[in-house]
Amino acid sequence: MKSPYSETVLEHFRHPHNVGKIENADGKAQEGSPACGDMVSVYINVDPETKVISDVKFESYGCASNIATGSIITELAKGKTIDEARKITWKEAADALGGLPKIKVHCSVLAIEGLRSAIENYEERHGLVKERKPTTMDTVRNRLKKVMNPMAGLDLVRTNLVEGITVKNGTVRVAISLPPDHQFAPAIKEEILEKIEPLWDVNEVVVDFTD
Amino acid sequence: MLDGKQVYLDNSAATRLDERVLEAMTPYFFEDYAVATSEFAYTQGIEASEALNAAREKLAGALGAEPEEFIFTSGDTESSNIAIKGAALGSKKGKHIIVSAIEDFPVLNSAKALERQGYKVTYLDVDGDGFINPDSLRDAIMEDTILVSIQHANQEIGTVRDIEAIGRICREKGVLFHTDATHTFTRIPIDVKKVPVDLITVAAHTIHGPKGIGGLYVRKGTKLGKWMDGGFQEFDLRAGLENIPGAVGFARAVELVTEEETRQLQAMRDRLIDRILTEIPDTTLNGNHEKRLPQNANISFHYIEGESITLHLDMNGYAVSTGSACFSRSLEGSHVIFGIGGDHERAHGSIRFTFGRYNKIEEIDPLVETLAGIVKELRSISPLAPENMEKEGE
Repeated sequence: MKSPYSETVLEHFRHPHNVGKIENADGKAQEGSPACGDMVSVYINVDPETKVISDVKFESYGCASNIATGSIITELAKGKTIDEARKITWKEAADALGGLPKIKVHCSVLAIEGLRSAIENYEERHGLVKERKPTTMDTVRNRLKKVMNPMAGLDLVRTNLVEGITVKNGTVRVAISLPPDHQFAPAIKEEILEKIEPLWDVNEVVVDFTD
Repeated sequence: MLDGKQVYLDNSAATRLDERVLEAMTPYFFEDYAVATSEFAYTQGIEASEALNAAREKLAGALGAEPEEFIFTSGDTESSNIAIKGAALGSKKGKHIIVSAIEDFPVLNSAKALERQGYKVTYLDVDGDGFINPDSLRDAIMEDTILVSIQHANQEIGTVRDIEAIGRICREKGVLFHTDATHTFTRIPIDVKKVPVDLITVAAHTIHGPKGIGGLYVRKGTKLGKWMDGGFQEFDLRAGLENIPGAVGFARAVELVTEEETRQLQAMRDRLIDRILTEIPDTTLNGNHEKRLPQNANISFHYIEGESITLHLDMNGYAVSTGSACFSRSLEGSHVIFGIGGDHERAHGSIRFTFGRYNKIEEIDPLVETLAGIVKELRSISPLAPENMEKEGE
């Protein structure tokens, strides 16, 4: 059989590690939605003294790269402190998998986000977070770094597709330099909404395609 | 997998060429390879021209049409482009066309291209099975409507439309009617003497003929603007060197389709649909059960994603396709499943199985068993599966 995926990806896809739930997990998070085609849940248990991740599990509704990244990221995170685990990058996960096809980056990024969000969730539930900060252009820009440009396999910010961001009275406007009828416009818009809308002080997100 | 062989179930995308088709084509590569320029040419040219005319007669005959009403193209994409853009160019009547919302891309994107040039396009909604409402069609036809394009059977969900009724409405209102019959041609015959249709798209790649050859039926008197310029081939409707081996192969492929074979495909389809729907829980048939392409089954497996299913099937020796966003080049779920009212999850979990001449009914049972195992495994790790949701509350 021929496949765009590496042998390691296929192996993790066939036999994913650390699959399932942790009952009463110390931290848990869900990223993605059926709309974007992939969804991942991550559960962690953390040693309260050392802050080491003692157990981690994941569930996936998604394609092969989503499942394989969930499997590898849980392997990488186990035994690390939450601060170390938070720093695991997509690149490290992809390298450990022997590479991923460009167009599949956005499916695999979800698993990394899932782990980070589960750590955040642990911190929130254990009184380890600072106050809520108001959303700024920088907050939005940082979130857009998690939205993939499927043509490049890199995020929107790094590929210079973000033309402008405004934040005013709870409304965020994002200008993307692609034509509105571009092949990927609907998928990109959906992902932007998914990333920006959950911000606590944002009521409305408008995406303009300006090319 | 049967006897360690790959089982190919994507016959609506492309079919294996029949050896008898290749045999018919071969002399036109090595012996009679001349161009069919003119019946007053040299011997080889006359022979080439005769072969082309014989193929044309065969194909037109399969539609109940006259040879002058059938032109060869490079495939269904070109045929539908010529039909839609040609009808728009050839009409002085207006700037409005109507297509169904779940048409295949050659029709849908030709309509969108015209829209960008200032034409108005109505995308007619379909019901949960993919049928259009005749009253909505009647209401959508305006004074300035040029053309209605509604496919005979849908490429994904297999629903077969009543093109005779649709054609009558178009005829009554005086607008052109085009139908994309890429997936029904020879399997569900159309007779243009009975069906009031003006333009029909057909292709060879779905019936074990070669890729790169298709055709367009153009009813006598239908005005089409020519937009590919060059020579005067194909009754001055389609410029370009004729693909004579392709045309000969297409005609041979049509001869080889039999009613008996079509019945066998239908038996495989029905066995697969019945077994999946009764034995694998949380599955939905996409498209109508009765008015359905004989070679098509399309089923959504809930709570799991289609690319994962197809990859597992591939590892087990089965080739199928899916309407999942993860599988598509646009990262969008199937517009057809959305069009029939399905949600993202139904689109992402949809798998299309399409049968052809080289499939055997014995392949169905092992496929269902393999599939049941894959579905169970993927559901066991899915956060959307009810068995995993229930634990949440504990």
